[in-house]
Amino acid sequence: MMRALAGLLAGLVFGLGLVISGMSNPAKVLNFLDITGTWDPSLIFVMGGALVVTFIGFRLVLGMSGPVLDTQFHLPTRSDLDMPLVAGAALFGIGWGIGGYCPGPAVTSATLGGWPTLAFLGGMIAGMIAVRILQPRSLSPATIVR
Amino acid sequence: MSALAGGALIGAAAVMLLALNGRIAGISGIVKGLLPPEGATDAAWRICFVVGMVVAPWLVGSVTGEIAVPAVPGNGLWMAVAGVVVGVGTALGGGCTSGHGVCGMARLSGRSIVATLTFMATGVITVFVVRHLLGWGS
Repeated sequence: MMRALAGLLAGLVFGLGLVISGMSNPAKVLNFLDITGTWDPSLIFVMGGALVVTFIGFRLVLGMSGPVLDTQFHLPTRSDLDMPLVAGAALFGIGWGIGGYCPGPAVTSATLGGWPTLAFLGGMIAGMIAVRILQPRSLSPATIVR
Repeated sequence: MSALAGGALIGAAAVMLLALNGRIAGISGIVKGLLPPEGATDAAWRICFVVGMVVAPWLVGSVTGEIAVPAVPGNGLWMAVAGVVVGVGTALGGGCTSGHGVCGMARLSGRSIVATLTFMATGVITVFVVRHLLGWGS
């Protein structure tokens, strides 16, 4: 129950950040990616601002013996570079460049963006399920508790 | 200025989720974890996170008096294709802008740094091809 409440709060703050920064608008994101055209560099500061906070905040949090509402941290442990990582990231960038949405902004815009946004979300979920079905379990990025 | 403030809020949300639930705030991972969920407790925080994200623009709208409607570059078919590619890509690559770009980079994960550089590059190339070589869309 408390974990769900924490999730709700974190999701709300995350969504507020996406909306306030302008990241939830595909038109702005596409202009950010359009470095040879109508380039809008402001979204660099979104990632910059987020990274400053997480860089410091994660170090403080991971210094604790564990999270407040769970027994362990759930962190990715793999450090090897493999084909699914690079191919997947490359594909993700292509889809991002086509639609202007990455997963966060698409979720936040679910009730505002009309049918095209819902179509994006439907496609995204279908793509994720397809990978889950087709990819051998051993190849999926492992998360091991610490 | 609003970009920096919004970014800081995204970072704060990620720190909050790690401190309280011990979880990485990667949106593709949070959604993928619901397809299907591993159990009711695991599903609950993921669903609540998504609900919080969906409520956020309405909360901003209720304060500022105007709701920012996202401008998408294409019709439903165009966006569905983009969605499938993003879904397959993030599932294969184990993360997106938030999981790799914000959380993984902050942990100095080599995988996340490589992933972020890769999707930034292909994103820029794709927009170049679509807008300037093919001359499509906005």
